[in-house]
Amino acid sequence: MSMTATAGRAHADPHHIGLVIEHPGPAPKRIVTAYGFWVFLLSDIVMFSCFFAAYAVLVGQTAGGPKGSEIFDQRNVAIETVCLLLSSFTCGMASIAADVRNRFWFYLGMAVTCGLGVVFLAIEFREFADLVSRGYGPSRSAFLTAFFSLVGCHGLHVSAGVLWLLTMMAQVFAKGFRADVLRRMMCFALFWHALDIVWVGVFSVVYLLGSGV
Amino acid sequence: MLGKLDWSAIPFDQPIPLIAGAVVLFGILAVLIWVVVKGHLPYLWHEWITSVDHKRIGVMYILLASVMLLRGGSDAIMMRIQQAVAYQSQGYLPPEHYNQIFSAHGTIMIFFVAMPFVIGLMNLIVPLQLGVRDVAFPTLNSVGFWLTATGALLVNLSLVIGEFARTGWLAFPPLSELSYSPGVGVDYYAWSLQISGVGTLVAGINLVTTVLKLRTKGMNYLRMPMFCWTTLASNLLIVAAFPILTATLAMLLLDRYLGFHFFTNEAGGNVMMFMNLIWAWGHPEVYILVLPAFGIFSEVVSTFSGKALFGYRSMVLATMAICIISFMVWLHHFFTMGAGPDVNAIFGIASMIIAIPTGVKIYNWLFTMYGGRIRFETPMLWSIGFMVTFIIGGLTGVLVAVPPADFMLHNSMFLVAHFHNVIIGGVLFGAFAGFEYWFPKAFGFRLDDRWGKLAFWFTFLGFYVTFVPLYVAGMLGMTRRMQHYDVAAWRPWMFVAAAGMAVLTIGVICQIVQIVVSIRNRDALRDRTGDLWDGRSLEWATSSPPPVFNFAFNPDVRGEDAYWDIKSRAQQQSLEHEVPEYHDIEMPRNSPTGFVCAFFATIMGFALIWHIWWMVILGGIGAFATFVVFAWRDHDEYVIPADEVAAIDRVNIEERRSLVSMAGTV
Repeated sequence: MSMTATAGRAHADPHHIGLVIEHPGPAPKRIVTAYGFWVFLLSDIVMFSCFFAAYAVLVGQTAGGPKGSEIFDQRNVAIETVCLLLSSFTCGMASIAADVRNRFWFYLGMAVTCGLGVVFLAIEFREFADLVSRGYGPSRSAFLTAFFSLVGCHGLHVSAGVLWLLTMMAQVFAKGFRADVLRRMMCFALFWHALDIVWVGVFSVVYLLGSGV
Repeated sequence: MLGKLDWSAIPFDQPIPLIAGAVVLFGILAVLIWVVVKGHLPYLWHEWITSVDHKRIGVMYILLASVMLLRGGSDAIMMRIQQAVAYQSQGYLPPEHYNQIFSAHGTIMIFFVAMPFVIGLMNLIVPLQLGVRDVAFPTLNSVGFWLTATGALLVNLSLVIGEFARTGWLAFPPLSELSYSPGVGVDYYAWSLQISGVGTLVAGINLVTTVLKLRTKGMNYLRMPMFCWTTLASNLLIVAAFPILTATLAMLLLDRYLGFHFFTNEAGGNVMMFMNLIWAWGHPEVYILVLPAFGIFSEVVSTFSGKALFGYRSMVLATMAICIISFMVWLHHFFTMGAGPDVNAIFGIASMIIAIPTGVKIYNWLFTMYGGRIRFETPMLWSIGFMVTFIIGGLTGVLVAVPPADFMLHNSMFLVAHFHNVIIGGVLFGAFAGFEYWFPKAFGFRLDDRWGKLAFWFTFLGFYVTFVPLYVAGMLGMTRRMQHYDVAAWRPWMFVAAAGMAVLTIGVICQIVQIVVSIRNRDALRDRTGDLWDGRSLEWATSSPPPVFNFAFNPDVRGEDAYWDIKSRAQQQSLEHEVPEYHDIEMPRNSPTGFVCAFFATIMGFALIWHIWWMVILGGIGAFATFVVFAWRDHDEYVIPADEVAAIDRVNIEERRSLVSMAGTV
């Protein structure tokens, strides 16, 4: 029996000489879910890259309106950045708490993450509202169009993240640390950290480079 | 209250769309009434609409594509008749209607025929070929399908409520901007593509994860069937390219809805950025469509030649090379934009280079056939027809990849003929080959041979009679999308093309007759073995149609051509089967999430098109609530007991054993 199997293998797979590492079979659900979500995140980053590209193309097209250095407030951006980076840390704490099934630290970590996210959104909203009230809304120039879209797209993602975060808290409250809830929590954490990475790009390309011009 | 929507949106003064709409509406109502009266509704709801089974979803994708093929085909017939009669006259279609028709034709054929057809075939077959029970995310799979259906529904709704875009299938600005297209046409276009684009992205993520993470034991990368490889490449392209489409259309919509200036003429907007962005998606898109077709041809040619695929590894390499190079050629769609000779030269060369891996594939198929024992079944006819046709289309493609030649041929009928040559000859022939090849797998009976072959020959000949004249007209200087013309030299070619369209239509009718005849004679055409074509890959190792769990045991793969290997070993071991021990199988439970989600997406899309803001919010909340309800359910799987698995599997083993013993005696 084993001899025929070996012969069959040699016949069927002439390219492999010597030992072949056999694929072990389907991956566990946790791996599959996280992998799929990574693939989604990559696609999301491709979408962001389009808005980055549009910003790069249109950054000089101010059409007589303000340049970046005239409207960016470094202090606000610094606070926003601190909020987001800190929230990544607290989100990590919440993930660890979920892994060790500690409800108190999970709720605390998520609540602080949510708070920091909301503060970030509030500052961004104030920045946008201020610009619009001064007549520098997205319709003013192509530069402002690209600026509002890129930063706003990130803001929309953070808003969706906050909604997801609250749903996760409610779900842990109602269902406990079930396997599927933990998988979703892992995806949420990936999402939140990815938004941080995108923000580092926004911060550098829009606010740091823009302030110099 | 109802935004821009009022009675003027219904085109009472235009008989063609109104009658067409009424006929379709009547047809849908008749089917619905028939379903309800016959009591099929519970069956339809439980077995199909809420199904998360990849085979059912695949079949529904293909059904959607087939129905939309008839719609897109009707548009094509109308255009060919218009150009045949509109010499020094207005023809029978007024310009604003004609423009909507060619826009709808392109949009529908790419997004709602070609895409769902190939995604449907991938859904249906790839998990079977990988030897697994389902895709990575079954419920999301259902969501993806229903969102695609939503997009198709919105496009068709534009026929009777409002209008469709008059801007061509890619809605170039500034024509598609609010100042030049103030109606809802472009909004219909953009929102239906946004919604169905989400569905496509979901399908892409799902299939990439399935291929990379869910293969059965021993299914190493270099043992996967070619169709799985091309599926991987195609879905990697979906994941990388569709977000670009989403972003680009979002920018266009922001321009239209909120007065942004991405692509406007004023305030520093940049129209050329739209061309770059849309084609950075658009060129990978054509490879998203044609790569799965290449995979289908590889399976078909190898099976019906009775040989392993020639040059399997070079085929894998060629597939992945196309996957990468397809992202580096987008600029050849607008050489005339004036990017300069250096840029044009680089993209021209890249476009010619991509012909090399494609050529490798053609030679591999030819060498697979060489020395094989070829059976000219219907799928094989489509494959050979493809090879001939696609080579011609590919050669004219290399021609227009030369920038100086492209300056002459850009936007001419020559170009129209070229891309129909590759898309019909490549994608559509591939889809039909896959349809004929795997239909018995999906339904347990084969399709009628005679009508299938008639359909092939009419379509094959009809294609040439229709599109070779368009090459000639293009050479004579005819530009695309003309509602009428005054050049006498073009007219005879338009007549020939219209005649060709009639032949093509006969081909389509033959396909329909084939399906009807086959369903009627299904008992005579039944395949009980599950291995009708003497196949080589794992989808043929299970019964036709496969049980809901696909395989009673996860197959153990030891080499390329996994099932062929199993069959040869079974013969050598003269059928010494040990009695296998069956186990319980867990399968994902059905869920209406996809359908309900798409219902709210339809409401939201319609409301966005007509600026009915309260309804937008309602749709958004509904879609979110649907997901929360889904996330809240406690049991997402059900168990099929071992006894039931055993009972189902033993029937198939018996049939199969008699097949192998028969093969042994011959």
